[in-house]
Amino acid sequence: MMDYNNIPIEKFQFATRNDLYHDSKFETKPVSYFQGAFKRFSKNKGAVVGGVVITVLVLFAIIAPFFTPFKPAYYDMVYAYVYPKLNVFAESGINFWDGCKEKSTNYVGYLKDLALATETGRDVIKNGEYEVSEDGSVYTYRYDTYYGVGFGKYKTISAEEFKDIQEYQNRTGKQVLYPVVKSSDRPSLEKNKYDANIYYVVENKKASTIRPKLDKEGNIVPNYWKYEVGKASSTIPEYNSLRLEGEDGFEENGKQYYYAYGRKVDGGIEVRAEYYEYYIYRHNEVLKDGITEPTFIFGTTQTGKDIFACLAYGARFSFIFATLVAMANFIFGVIWGSISGYSGGKIDLTMERIAEILGSVPTMIVITLLKYHMGTTSQVIVLFIAFFATGWIGMAGRTRMQFYRFKNQEYVLAARTLGARDSRIMFKHIFPNGLGTIVTSAALVIPSMIYSETSLSYLGIINLEAGNTTSVGTLIAAGQQSIMANAGYVALFPCMFLILLMLSFNLFGNGLRDAFNPSLRGTED
Amino acid sequence: MYMFKYVSKRLGLMLLTFSIIFTMCFVLIKLLPIPTTALPGQDPEIVMKTLEGRGWITNIKEGSNGVWTYDRVPIMLQFGIYLKRIITQGDFGIATTYGEYLNMNLWQVFVNHLPPTILINIYSTLIGVPIGLALGIIAALKKNKWQDQVINIFIILLISVPSIVLALMIQYVFCFKLGWFPLTMSVSNDYFSWPVFRSMLPAVFALCLGSIAGYARYTRAELSEVLTGEFMLLARTKGLTKRQAIYRHAMRNSMVVIFPSILSEFVSVLSGSLIIEKMFGVNGVGGLYLNSITFQDYDFFMLLSGFYTLVSLTAGIVIDISYGFIDPRIRMGAK
Repeated sequence: MMDYNNIPIEKFQFATRNDLYHDSKFETKPVSYFQGAFKRFSKNKGAVVGGVVITVLVLFAIIAPFFTPFKPAYYDMVYAYVYPKLNVFAESGINFWDGCKEKSTNYVGYLKDLALATETGRDVIKNGEYEVSEDGSVYTYRYDTYYGVGFGKYKTISAEEFKDIQEYQNRTGKQVLYPVVKSSDRPSLEKNKYDANIYYVVENKKASTIRPKLDKEGNIVPNYWKYEVGKASSTIPEYNSLRLEGEDGFEENGKQYYYAYGRKVDGGIEVRAEYYEYYIYRHNEVLKDGITEPTFIFGTTQTGKDIFACLAYGARFSFIFATLVAMANFIFGVIWGSISGYSGGKIDLTMERIAEILGSVPTMIVITLLKYHMGTTSQVIVLFIAFFATGWIGMAGRTRMQFYRFKNQEYVLAARTLGARDSRIMFKHIFPNGLGTIVTSAALVIPSMIYSETSLSYLGIINLEAGNTTSVGTLIAAGQQSIMANAGYVALFPCMFLILLMLSFNLFGNGLRDAFNPSLRGTED
Repeated sequence: MYMFKYVSKRLGLMLLTFSIIFTMCFVLIKLLPIPTTALPGQDPEIVMKTLEGRGWITNIKEGSNGVWTYDRVPIMLQFGIYLKRIITQGDFGIATTYGEYLNMNLWQVFVNHLPPTILINIYSTLIGVPIGLALGIIAALKKNKWQDQVINIFIILLISVPSIVLALMIQYVFCFKLGWFPLTMSVSNDYFSWPVFRSMLPAVFALCLGSIAGYARYTRAELSEVLTGEFMLLARTKGLTKRQAIYRHAMRNSMVVIFPSILSEFVSVLSGSLIIEKMFGVNGVGGLYLNSITFQDYDFFMLLSGFYTLVSLTAGIVIDISYGFIDPRIRMGAK
């Protein structure tokens, strides 16, 4: 046995000749906390994709409002439920996103659309192609919702506008006005009497459903109001502009006739204006609001609102609003949480209790109470205060936890021993360490805030329409009503936006959380 | 003894929180102008007398020009009257501006609207929880295999697609396109008949998808953490089969965390989801609440706010307390 207690000094030897090892410099580059986080984040493919999608959505929200002349306040009841149309698809003849819908109707319905197409020369029935079922009762074709509007109702315009339109027609060569039907020749029921699409002879004027009367060759017979040249009655206004093809003073029984392009009524002139051209005329010549053509990329709602504009403005509002609220929550929550977490003891207990009580009030109740008290002020402010009042609590809780985590560590003790002030320890020593986690959670509140805002708008508790903006939730509510009208596309785009937003924020958030978790460092290599 | 002390302390704190919130709500509501305008067909005198009878105003007089003047009762006195009536007579007031239920007993109206909300939520819990648990367990046991991947994608999708969109999709596809169910829930009171049950189903599905995803994710996380625990290794080393080890040790341990949330879910079946109720036209508490906001029927709003606050507070406390009963490692209130 060796005696380990008394080893003679000669037995000891230096392991090497050089008696001391010095610390050598690191040969690898130092990786800072944020570099590491970024590296971990970029390895997570889902998170990166999520980040890209979020960027695209944010860009859409920022840029799209500048590229569309439409505003959330715009609406046009005539173009209600027109389908999404992208000019690229419409012009290349692809049966998709072309403003058309599949229409199945009976023979009369088909005939009416055909009549409209014949008169205006528009593709009301896309390419004139249709399929008939075997028993001949059902006609199926792609129906253009834009051209299908046709003339809408008879429109009463002022004499100046009548003149202005003629001047416009002469200048551009586009026909806006078409011959009118004499009042006594029109169908008698109120709903059909002012239907400007009925320009033809009908079988039964009193019937509720109008059937065009065909001639022997099976053609539609126009029923225009004609007058002998030079013998215009007092109800027919002067018209010196484009006329229908071959109609320029046609002869009948040796007399020259003209069609009437308007009818003088109380308050102006009643005309049949083809709405597509009239729309272009009105927006380019009269309103000059930048709208050149009725093309609604995402279609329109029940009330004729442009979904694209509503979605873009709604998204922009949502993002800006959510970011502002998140920032307010962040600032207040961090201050509250750091004081509470750093002080501990009685102060902490009191602050915690206050936060807990405030946090237990359901958001819905806060919003309702605020709405009652601030009913006259902007709803945006109500929403902001409500989200702030309930949102900072979570932020404060997380900050408090971070402070608890770090405040008893040795380096804080060292700083204190060296005489650092409390505020310095709080904001120079502790806060930066928790920053990653805190910022991440602040950012991840954004989607849930957008979702809350959407839900509240959907429920009708908050209505942003008054403030010249709108919300995705309002659009979804409109979409739900449109289900009955078989216009599923109204809800489609807002829903897609929400899904993409939530999905990408979830992926992005998971990635961010993992990236900012230093304990995962090196695990993936 | 610890347990009793802890539970009573928590309950006391909850009641304190509740009464603070309730008082705040009451004061804020009472600061608003009193809606004294008579609805069409209502006698203004009766309206004023009713308000006086409820103790909100006093000293009513009709001026020469037909305008009524009155003095407001101090708010804290109103609160006293209000509480006294609730405690002694169970009387929460009557609807004053909510046209449909005008002059009806609020409590009665409220109780009549509870069954649809509760039923829909119970059905959804009964469907959602087992499926969610099963999916979570499968995913955890087959971690990182294809089953897990599939379930994970499913969970991520369900969690990310907001319930408003999910509900709309269900309504569009199953109720409108396929026509399997009516678009909205039937208003009939015969809740257990087949047509009413059928009309409930879309709302139930829309609700349970969310809880399926939630439970699956939660269970997967908990169970897979427990499975990596060292006691699992011990269980296997002492000779248990994998199945035995999972059933007897892993499942039980993971349930410690999951079970309380199931319990609290059964408490919150009372409150339900406003969005789903509105979308499927459920004639439940949610609709009542939304309408009471629109009509500014303040007594109604007080009752329902109190109810929602109480439910959410109770759900929270159930979680905390049940931990102590389920998990022997937690000694509640022990220092």
